[in-house]
Amino acid sequence: MKFVAEVNVMPKKELLDPQGKAVKLGLKHLHIEGVKDVRIGKHIVLTFEAETPEQAREIVDTACQKLLANVIMEDYSFEIKELQETLKK
Amino acid sequence: MKFGVVVFPGSNCDEDMIYTLRHVMGQKVVKLWHKDTDLQGVDFVVLPGGFSYGDYLRAGAIARFSPIMQEVIRHAKRGGYVMGICNGFQILTESGLLEGALLRNLNQRYICKNVYIKPATQNTILTAGLSQKKAYKIPIAHGEGRFYAPKDMLKSIRDNDQILFQYCDAQGKVSEEANPNGSLLNIAGICNKERNVFGMMPHPERAADELLKNTDGRAFFESILEHVAV
Repeated sequence: MKFVAEVNVMPKKELLDPQGKAVKLGLKHLHIEGVKDVRIGKHIVLTFEAETPEQAREIVDTACQKLLANVIMEDYSFEIKELQETLKK
Repeated sequence: MKFGVVVFPGSNCDEDMIYTLRHVMGQKVVKLWHKDTDLQGVDFVVLPGGFSYGDYLRAGAIARFSPIMQEVIRHAKRGGYVMGICNGFQILTESGLLEGALLRNLNQRYICKNVYIKPATQNTILTAGLSQKKAYKIPIAHGEGRFYAPKDMLKSIRDNDQILFQYCDAQGKVSEEANPNGSLLNIAGICNKERNVFGMMPHPERAADELLKNTDGRAFFESILEHVAV
């Protein structure tokens, strides 16, 4: 089975995100009002194969823990979709 | 004593380190290419500064997978000496040889300037020969140098006397004003529990030659050479 995982990696909530802080200030300069908080992370898309949806989750979780996120400073979350292969020739 | 300086794609302080070790300190030095799997019998491995693998994903995150790093990790686990400067420090935290992480500087800028640091322990070969009272003027040049560790980890680092250096002012006072990047406890460098792996953001190799008008960094290398038992 083919899967697509959409992974979000974000700086931990308790940590200050200087990038987000700078962008928030930029929005203020553009008179875009009312923005209370900006946090910037990474969006990573994985396309991969696995036997079962459970195995797919396991693969992505391991990938996040071991490489995609540094769990000391970042949290991660992900959604997995099964890829339907409709373009059969 | 034989030193090995690892060269990754994107390393840019390797030549400075080799120059300092070879010409200023008079030591044997070999370059260790990132694709090599042989440490060539070196006693002491140095991971230099730079932007290994373009800082892809996170600074230091990709370098730890290179073939030479598997040998460096083995060397460290055997008790061999490893020192990471700047990007080298980031690689050591990413590879798990040192605790904590190096976050983006608090002011969101790349900082390139001289700062003062003072040793926080005498109990390592890197700091044993340094004066505990002196503030050493050493340059920093990094965008991600804000040392961070969760509360429990930080406590353990502190309790185990693993803090090597703290940012301070010219008089040696450790204060918030003297903290260039927002590091917790002004931490500029730490070691592992076994005290054979060292990481620091400041660049002593850039302050070792008289032509540069600052030789404060030389004492760090002298300390290593005086106190190492090879």
